[in-house]
Amino acid sequence: MVENRPILNIVTHLVLILGVAIVALPIWITFVASTHEETRMLQAPLPLLPGGFFVENFKQTFFGSGLSGSQSAPVWRMLLNSLSMALMIAFGKISISLLSAFAIVYFKFPFRMGFFWMIFITLMLPVEVRILPTFEVVADLGLLNSYWGLSVPLIASATATFMFRQVFLTIPDEMLESARIDGAKPMQFFWDILLPLSRTNIAALFVILFIYGWNQYLWPLLITTDTDMTTIVMSIKQMLEAAEQSPQWNIIMMTALLAMLPPVFVVVAMQKLFVKGLTETDK
Amino acid sequence: MLKRVHFQSSILPYLLVAPQIVITLVFFIWPASQAVYQSFLIEDAFGLSTEFVWFENFEYLFGDELYLDSFLRTLFFSAAVAFMSMSFALILAGFADRVVRGATTYRTLLIWPYAVAPVLAGALWVFMFNPTLGIFPYFLGFLGYDWNHYLNGNQAMLLVIMAAAWKQVAYNFLFYLAAMQAIPRSIIEAGAIDGARPLRRFWTLIFPLVSPTTFFLLVINAVYAFFDTFGIIHAVTQGGPANSTTILVYKVFNDGFVGLDLGGSAAQSVILMFLVIVMTFIQFRYIENKVEY
Repeated sequence: MVENRPILNIVTHLVLILGVAIVALPIWITFVASTHEETRMLQAPLPLLPGGFFVENFKQTFFGSGLSGSQSAPVWRMLLNSLSMALMIAFGKISISLLSAFAIVYFKFPFRMGFFWMIFITLMLPVEVRILPTFEVVADLGLLNSYWGLSVPLIASATATFMFRQVFLTIPDEMLESARIDGAKPMQFFWDILLPLSRTNIAALFVILFIYGWNQYLWPLLITTDTDMTTIVMSIKQMLEAAEQSPQWNIIMMTALLAMLPPVFVVVAMQKLFVKGLTETDK
Repeated sequence: MLKRVHFQSSILPYLLVAPQIVITLVFFIWPASQAVYQSFLIEDAFGLSTEFVWFENFEYLFGDELYLDSFLRTLFFSAAVAFMSMSFALILAGFADRVVRGATTYRTLLIWPYAVAPVLAGALWVFMFNPTLGIFPYFLGFLGYDWNHYLNGNQAMLLVIMAAAWKQVAYNFLFYLAAMQAIPRSIIEAGAIDGARPLRRFWTLIFPLVSPTTFFLLVINAVYAFFDTFGIIHAVTQGGPANSTTILVYKVFNDGFVGLDLGGSAAQSVILMFLVIVMTFIQFRYIENKVEY
């Protein structure tokens, strides 16, 4: 604080509180919608304060099949699918990026730079620009409607490789020299020295990648047709479509709430790691 | 790039890069080259015969009014999303930077929309603006304003812009706040001693000093609006009404998977790929050489 301006301080807090309120409003409305019964959610004006049906709605959404009269997997199953996909993507990206960054920084071998540029190119090929041919590849490999098909095509990662490369480059050369004097093999050096030293970076990246994986939409939409493989994020769209005939906004909004809870929890609970991961991967 | 001290080459480094390279080849480079190849083909409606036509698909696209409209619409959409979410984030970060105690609390309360999937953000906003039930159309009705984004293209556009900007505020806020907190206090104090009031200090000192962040965020927001907003469009408007919210990414998907126009969709993919390459280049070229003072 440079100078004391009591009025400006009050204005500062008012503006920030207003900002928080604007940002939080959509979630508040969602939460309120998930606490009322179906018939109340059909009368305009919709309520602005919570009602008493949260537990009933939760039970119907979590253990039932979401909307009544629709053919979909129960929501707990969708949450499980999303969790598996997010974890596979996060672990997959981190492990293959760690390995390739290790090879590129610590080995001299023919085509080293060629491999590096090949990884770099993936940065320029988001799934949105090559959806159709990638879909064909996955279909030819027989990976439609499987966890492998959901995760493996997404786990190549230039940003993660660059980040680990950056981390390894800051590790002093003496580490490797002394490890070699002690007779460490390359993989021993990787496990016993590099991995422990990059622990916080791995954790920070994990937070970002978990959110990335959980929030995938277009890709699961294309390759899963089996209702048992539906992810929770995908199911919202199907519910919105069903809502045009028989709106059950309390159930839809409860599902939306459940779908955003895990990644939001990760961001809030691991805020420090999240900020670290976000600022390091994008630079 | 390479460590001065390194291991002797053997088969090991190839094994280490193999998983990443195999996935890159199978799921990235091969499909991308297929997209380029298919963009030179025209397939008949039944998929029985294909004809190699060189740049005909591209020529068709650039003569197609629907495509050009979609292109301009995407530019407008990106600019609007970037402007809305960046200015909102800049204002909040400017105030949060002043707060001595509680700055992290405000940060926690502002950053979590980052974790909300675009399609969910779309679902929340479409619910709030539901023409028959939503909160906002109800209150707008009192003002004599009729909201129906299923019929009115401008309202549909406004709705997807708001949903997309809402989700991105968290990201922009985080980067602006970090940039402002990195400014040495002595500079701000010097400004204060020279008699500059807070608002003036903000415009003449803080805003110019965070300009590298502004530039970085412009690129990031453009990429976000171009590619990551598919879920919002798909959930809120499905490109409608009458194509008024069909942005490029949505059009690729729609022409390819719904319209089954493989050549045309592939040609659009190639154009998008080119755009990503340009944006990535700008990002790396200018983020590496930070703006100097």
